Amino acid sequence: MAQEITQSTLLGIVDPSPSRVFHTEGITKIYRTGAVEVQALRGVNVELFSGEFTVLLGASGSGKSTLLNILGGLDHASGGRAWFRDQELTLMTDRGLTRYRRDHVGFVFQFYNLVPSLTARENVALVTEIAAEPMPPEEALERVGLGHRMDHFPAEMSGGEQQRVAIARAIAKRPEVLLCDEPTGALDSKTGVQVLEALEKINAELGTSTIVITHNAGIQAMAHRVIRFADGNIADVTVNDTRINPSEIEW
Amino acid sequence: MQSLDRKLLRDMIRLWSQSLAIALVLAVGVAIMVMMGGAERSLRETRDTFYERNRFGDIFASVTRAPTDVLGQVEAIPGVGMAEALVSKYVILDIEGMTAPATGQLISVPSAGVPKMNVPTLSSGQWPDPGQTGQVVVNENFATAHGFKIGDQFHGIINGQRRALTIVGTALSPEFIYTIGPGSIMPDDRRFGVIWMEGAALAAVYNLTGAFNTLTVGLGRDANRDEVIRQLDLILSPYGGTGAFFRKDQISNAFLQGELDQLSTMVKVVPPIFLIISAFLVNMVLGRLIALEREQIGLLKALGYHKGEIAWHYIKLAMSIGALGVAIGWGFGLWGGRGMAELYAQFFHFPYLVYVPYPSVYAISAMAGLAAAALGAVTAVRKAVALSPAVAMAPPAPARYQSGLTDRLIHLMRMRQTSVMIWRSLTRWPIRAGLTMLGIATSAAVMVAALFMFDAMDELLDKSFVQLNRQDVVISFAGDRPRSVIEDVGHLPGVMVAEGVWSMPVRLKHGQFSRRTSLEARDPASELTHLLTEAGDLVTPEGGIVLTRRLARQLDLDLGESVRVIFPSLGGREERIPVVGYAAQSFGMGAYVTPETLSRLTGLAPRVSLANALIDPDQVEALFAAVKATPAVAGLVEMAAIRQSFNDTIAQNAGMMTTINSLMAALIAIGVVYNAARIQLSERARELASLRILGFTRGEVSYILLGELAVLTIVAIPVGLLMGQGLAAAMVTGFDSDLYAIPLAISRATYVRAAWVVALASALSALVVWRRIGRMDLVAVMKTRE
Repeated sequence: MAQEITQSTLLGIVDPSPSRVFHTEGITKIYRTGAVEVQALRGVNVELFSGEFTVLLGASGSGKSTLLNILGGLDHASGGRAWFRDQELTLMTDRGLTRYRRDHVGFVFQFYNLVPSLTARENVALVTEIAAEPMPPEEALERVGLGHRMDHFPAEMSGGEQQRVAIARAIAKRPEVLLCDEPTGALDSKTGVQVLEALEKINAELGTSTIVITHNAGIQAMAHRVIRFADGNIADVTVNDTRINPSEIEW
Repeated sequence: MQSLDRKLLRDMIRLWSQSLAIALVLAVGVAIMVMMGGAERSLRETRDTFYERNRFGDIFASVTRAPTDVLGQVEAIPGVGMAEALVSKYVILDIEGMTAPATGQLISVPSAGVPKMNVPTLSSGQWPDPGQTGQVVVNENFATAHGFKIGDQFHGIINGQRRALTIVGTALSPEFIYTIGPGSIMPDDRRFGVIWMEGAALAAVYNLTGAFNTLTVGLGRDANRDEVIRQLDLILSPYGGTGAFFRKDQISNAFLQGELDQLSTMVKVVPPIFLIISAFLVNMVLGRLIALEREQIGLLKALGYHKGEIAWHYIKLAMSIGALGVAIGWGFGLWGGRGMAELYAQFFHFPYLVYVPYPSVYAISAMAGLAAAALGAVTAVRKAVALSPAVAMAPPAPARYQSGLTDRLIHLMRMRQTSVMIWRSLTRWPIRAGLTMLGIATSAAVMVAALFMFDAMDELLDKSFVQLNRQDVVISFAGDRPRSVIEDVGHLPGVMVAEGVWSMPVRLKHGQFSRRTSLEARDPASELTHLLTEAGDLVTPEGGIVLTRRLARQLDLDLGESVRVIFPSLGGREERIPVVGYAAQSFGMGAYVTPETLSRLTGLAPRVSLANALIDPDQVEALFAAVKATPAVAGLVEMAAIRQSFNDTIAQNAGMMTTINSLMAALIAIGVVYNAARIQLSERARELASLRILGFTRGEVSYILLGELAVLTIVAIPVGLLMGQGLAAAMVTGFDSDLYAIPLAISRATYVRAAWVVALASALSALVVWRRIGRMDLVAVMKTRE
């Protein structure tokens, strides 16, 4: 499956009738902390498509991270249903979700979350060791432009480099989806662009469906699809006819 | 309440499980201090009071027969405060319902009134009425063992005559706090009794009217002790004096002193171990707390708090943990102290032994406990307050790892990355890993040191009753007999083999060192008793003297050197004889020669003081009956009974002691492992949560954390077993006394049990942490930057 998409995208063709990778029906999420009840999601219906680069935009507290966590199998919804392909995530147990994350999902976070005691190569190998059909850690690092930094520890790398290691770690198992929560949030514009270029390259070369959360509105211009969140629900969805390169983004 | 104190209280509540784990380890140290320190003081003070009130003698001597007016000469020795002469004899007792003969020690009391010295305290009844020769007072424990009440009767074979003795009272004497019969090594209240009876009657039976055979001397304040002994020996030697000795060599006192010394050794050695471990744990936990509160510390400083105030805040937290530990320790100490007092009451018979909780013991233990906690806090706090506010408020730099030589090894071994993480964590903080390992090892060591006592007892029994002494009974005579008595013993019913032992009281001297002991002459071809070297080889005193190793050490004697042998009962006759060997012996400090040598040294024909015999088990009763009817026999000791009473005593205490010790050892292991795991979990929460997000299962994530602890535990166990051996060796040295030496014997079962307890305690702590890993909130962890 992944192989097939890879070939088609290498030819520069976007699948004319993309299949749904995620869809949800009336997802709600309520957080209770003591007496306070926060409704983070208020019945979200969304469809996300295979091979697309999707950007989720919205103010903080608008619910975009909550949705990403539910789609990534990190959190349970309070109500509604969510599917990955034809598997219903909202029915899975913790064990099932672990399996799902392990087999299908790559994560990239704002604060990289690398293991400080492992080198770049080893951080990637951490994932390839438990994946079914991984690419070699070296290849993953080459893809994010870090072929020359493989044996460095996190503490010896810049933030941008660390984030690219995190991306390499996320894609090394050839996941179907790559979920990124504020991947450039802790970075300056120059390194932020490098990270976005890496994500764009992965999306283009491997056809990995990529969802990026950001509050940087400039990033939306590089997406296939932009979903805007407000107040726990989707405000609007736009599909870009033309996309720009990350280097052209105004920060 | 100040805001900082409120924070302290909340920190304490938040860290309750870790605080409790530390407090419990600390509590053990405090409890032992309170328990053993309290027991030692109770025992010591009770003894001192009892000795003083009941005028326990300072010097003891016995003679064959001395006229009463010799007492006047003794009282005239400068330094002698008071002296009392009396008659004392060992006799065979015939007690209804008991086939085996018991041994009684008859002691004369004045016809009117009570003894002047070694005054027994009546616990029931009264002293014998004047002129009533059949009335006796017995020691309370003997009466209890037989269920005797006032008015009950038993029989004694007194100078060949079977006499009915009626109990009119029971008493406790400072001379018999530890009541042990002649030739025995364990108290056996059924087989040994102390019998006080009217002096005139007793003297008449033994042809000692107007004479005495036992002397007790009390010293004045400024007495020259050694000079008194010297003069006493001079006065008594014409009357068959066997050499006067000080209170410290008096058997009951020596055992009591031995116990006190053991207690004070324990109090010095054991609590510090637990206090040091708790200091380490406090340091570990507080260090972590401070790392987490780095920014808050910076903030407090920026707000204008002094270094001292901030340091004091954290030290107070440590002290609160310390206070909790002290409180728990006091509770257990009080409870355990009562238990110890009861245990002591089984072995040491005082008219009063009240376990008083001494305030000073409590105060010292509390100070030690709080000091340990504070000590643990100091280094952790010092680092925190040294940071400038600006630096403190910035997040700490990420931990730096470097690749080293070991990494090549890692790659060669193709370890999984999760294993690499374990390895790097261990090598990145080698001191912390080392200390954690040492902490766990200490737990194993404590366990080994506690359990080894039982192995040592087994070894001691095997050595003493199987390898060295194979006789079934030891028969003692009223006075030495000619060698031919062995033939008579051989003719007693059931006696299969009989061998004679000739023993003479001597004083051995070498340079400035002098020891009183008995010199034993055994047949070198003896089948029943052997002298073995420490290596287990036979050693014979051919051409010289064989000394117990401990005795040789006390006299500073080497092989080939000559020792001076002085016979007080022979007018202080002095001879020299070379040391030809050392014997390994757990009980007593004997010296051995051949009968020929002893004959040459003393100028006397070989004699027999004791007979060892092997008995046909089917004819034991016939032998017992014969012994009861044989006037010349003054006592009979059954080796099997001694062994039984030894085993019973051990068995009685083994279960409880093993449980308590396992618990103590487990508390250390749990305290160390649990805290180490919790700290690791806190430090690496993000890392581990990331892995969970990447799709690692709970088991795989736990492996990283618990694998590290498993490695430490696995390394710690052999280290701990070795440390335990060292600790046991130290205890053997500390417990060594003139009366007995504990062999350093540790069985494989002890090692295995120690390893198990530690492994289980570690596993239990790991389980608790494992559950926490399962409850980790992945989303929350990822959202915050540490």
